[in-house]
Amino acid sequence: MGILDSKIPSGPLADKWTKHKNDINLVNPANKRNIDIIVVGTGLAGGAAAATLAELGYNVKTFCYQDSPRRAHSIAAQGGINAAKNYQGDGDSNYRLFYDTIKGGDYRSREGNVYRLAEVSGNIIDQCVAQGVPFAREYGGMLDNRSFGGVLVSRTFYAKGQTGQQLLLGAYSAMNRQINRGKIQAYNRHEMMDLVLVDGKARGIIARDLVSGEIERHSAHAVVLATGGYGNVFFLSTNAMGSNVMAAWRAHRKGAFFANPCFTQIHPTCIPVSGDHQSKLTLMSESLRNDGRIWVPKKKEDAIAIREGKLKPTELAEEDRDYYLERRYPAFGNLVPRDVASRAAKERCDAGFGVNKTGEAVFLDFASAIERYGKEKALTSGLKNPDKATITKLGEEVVEAKYGNLFQMYEKIVDQNPYKTPMMIYPAVHYTMGGLWVDYNLQTTIPGCYSAGEANFSDHGANRLGASALMQGLADGYFVLPYTIGDYLSDDIRTGAIPTDSKEFDEAEQQVRDRMEKLMGGSGIHSVDYYHKKLGKIMWNKCGMARNEKELKEAIKEISDLRKDFWENVKVPGTIDSKNQELEKAGRVADFLELGELFAKDALHRNESCGGHFREEYQTEEGEALRDDENFKYVAAWEYKGEPKDAELHKEDLVYENIELKTRSYK
Amino acid sequence: MKLYLKIWRQKDASTPGKIVDYTLDGVEGDMSFLEMLDILNEELVSKGEEPVEFDHDCREGICGTCSLQINGEPHGPDRLVTTCQLHMRKFNDGDTIVIEPFRAKAFPVIKDLIVDRSAFDRIQQAGGYISVNTSGNTIDANTIPINKYDADEAMDAATCIGCGACVAACKNASAMLFTSAKVSQFALLPQGQVEATERVQNMVRQMDLEGFGNCTNTGACEVECPKGISLTNIARMNREYLSATCKG
Repeated sequence: MGILDSKIPSGPLADKWTKHKNDINLVNPANKRNIDIIVVGTGLAGGAAAATLAELGYNVKTFCYQDSPRRAHSIAAQGGINAAKNYQGDGDSNYRLFYDTIKGGDYRSREGNVYRLAEVSGNIIDQCVAQGVPFAREYGGMLDNRSFGGVLVSRTFYAKGQTGQQLLLGAYSAMNRQINRGKIQAYNRHEMMDLVLVDGKARGIIARDLVSGEIERHSAHAVVLATGGYGNVFFLSTNAMGSNVMAAWRAHRKGAFFANPCFTQIHPTCIPVSGDHQSKLTLMSESLRNDGRIWVPKKKEDAIAIREGKLKPTELAEEDRDYYLERRYPAFGNLVPRDVASRAAKERCDAGFGVNKTGEAVFLDFASAIERYGKEKALTSGLKNPDKATITKLGEEVVEAKYGNLFQMYEKIVDQNPYKTPMMIYPAVHYTMGGLWVDYNLQTTIPGCYSAGEANFSDHGANRLGASALMQGLADGYFVLPYTIGDYLSDDIRTGAIPTDSKEFDEAEQQVRDRMEKLMGGSGIHSVDYYHKKLGKIMWNKCGMARNEKELKEAIKEISDLRKDFWENVKVPGTIDSKNQELEKAGRVADFLELGELFAKDALHRNESCGGHFREEYQTEEGEALRDDENFKYVAAWEYKGEPKDAELHKEDLVYENIELKTRSYK
Repeated sequence: MKLYLKIWRQKDASTPGKIVDYTLDGVEGDMSFLEMLDILNEELVSKGEEPVEFDHDCREGICGTCSLQINGEPHGPDRLVTTCQLHMRKFNDGDTIVIEPFRAKAFPVIKDLIVDRSAFDRIQQAGGYISVNTSGNTIDANTIPINKYDADEAMDAATCIGCGACVAACKNASAMLFTSAKVSQFALLPQGQVEATERVQNMVRQMDLEGFGNCTNTGACEVECPKGISLTNIARMNREYLSATCKG
């Protein structure tokens, strides 16, 4: 256990971060110029970290597989970013944001980390406004807020339905300023293939130029991995097509522990799967649950009639509808946390009440919101006794102003008008709370290798609340890492540049080359996508929203067999030394085939239900998650020992000094 | 449905490319355009041929990576969508579809349908930022109220995804819509005023250096822009540029 020291500073919760900042070592500005840092991934966490570290004076190299840092998948976050500003005067505070996040995460995250996150959250908004991020404003010129799931205050700042885009472009602009100053060298269309350790410390990476196919060596005094989550292990997810676990997994194989891989978020409001050809799933922002009401028919025969197209949802009388979230969770209603909403949708669909052809969809209905807003608007416009058509028209205008881009996106994909007929939604894989284990300083178990944003496991426990991913990414990148990494680098002021002609670099490069040769040398029976889709089906069916011992054991066996088959029979056309998208995919899927098995192993060992991890054997009579704090109040951090089945478990006990552990209730 | 595809194939930047014909059967209306290409590629790989390479990532219309010229139009026949959001229901059985990369001197082809758009990054690096340190030690976010109308207009300009459709649509391969969207975002906000003079000059200078053409007010960029970025931004940039030049 000695190895898993979370390094949470002592002292009162609210003073920990300040105290820590005062205690850690600093690097003087002249010495920073002699220190190199590699940042892999240029999303919110990586982009923000790269910009800030360069601004402090370090020499930064960034790497991303996209053609520009601006395209990292943070860009797709829609709804917003939380901050405990209490601009609405509705009782918000750092403590409440901290409390909501710990509770939302079902008591599986660290108090110290989460409080720090809440503490710096307000600063993020100040910072972004100063950078010119055009957040939504009220008519008086002040910033507007909305509400997200699992909380009782309005603390979410937003930029229409494109908050992630605006925040990422903010971080990208900060990066651009440093690129222009020569302090950041950006290596775009580059993929990290391996981490290089010298004397046990992370001292560089092997990267592949995705255009020329060339293998490159890059050294540094520290390496930051901000490479996002591993949701694409499910093949279908809301992640970008290129999102992958390669960098994190390569670090894991070199000694970084991988924590809580089974903690995965299945987002309740996504557009349902339409067919086998589908390549990815599209999210409909959680903000829609502010105004949309979720329902299925009360009677099975109505559900069947709707599925067969014999009955229109709008024709079904109010008393024949089951607003199941409002029924089951009156206090939070449609704004329960994501894990709870997703499971409730699955429960209704499994029971036979699904409303699309596949029976895997529920309705998200805006009719009452349109009527409510329409009446309000008619009143404020001085219209007396408006007819129903006028109210609907006015209401639709209000809804369009709030969610227009999302409604348009839905219509383009599904070919139905969501103003006139309720949207159909179903849960989909969206975010991974698990990731590389890091201490309070965001350092992994490899000295000098740091991890930030979704790639690490640190702040969201077993379930992340909406609008908290953007908060964590920027907090890690702008405000946490720049301090904590200096503490480590203060030992490196006399080290000098790290040479890349050492035997460690030779070996790492050779391993990368051998692995690619092996991928190209398969017998050539099946394409990479064939394996990826198969893996995704196993993951979704056996490690998805509900898991049980029998199926998890089957999953472990099936993934292990599939991995063997993959290495023998995968077909990768083209060559290594040229642009080759199939080879890129093959390398990523190879790592997913290892991670998937560890995922199932982790889910199997955790004999409790908490947050996004729902084990069917552990539930209350009402079907709610049954947590086991006595036996599982810990972080499960896995050490690589060869095959995933041999991974060794290390536990970090979670200590709650400020919050009383309770059964999570949203009733 | 059955489709006849004419696709630009090019080995690398230095090898000349050409149009190659493919026939694809079993395409469904619910597929996205890129999923249609996925199926073609799956067929090519199973035949041992090299798949058609194209840029794509988020497949939900926001990352700006996908960049196909479809039947002569950037992102195809539908309006206000990127290629990844274009669905096959917009096409008919038996259609011939010509698929090319975005064409511009400043966007050299890398392979097949993939082009190099790093010129856009360099324009942003020349001045597409506000020089504020990222320490978080700024003023409270609500200290400067911003008129909602200005904030909304700045947001509209800021929604540019940097895909390059404006350049591909323009007969001059001009990047004025792209550049002006960023200039406008900052010109409309109080935070952008301090560096307004240098910003517009530096960004326009870089734009010209990259080999993009000039604007002749044709408006094709606005029509083809998947995010509906308005031509007004170009007018605003011209005004900013003129006033910057007068200030010297």
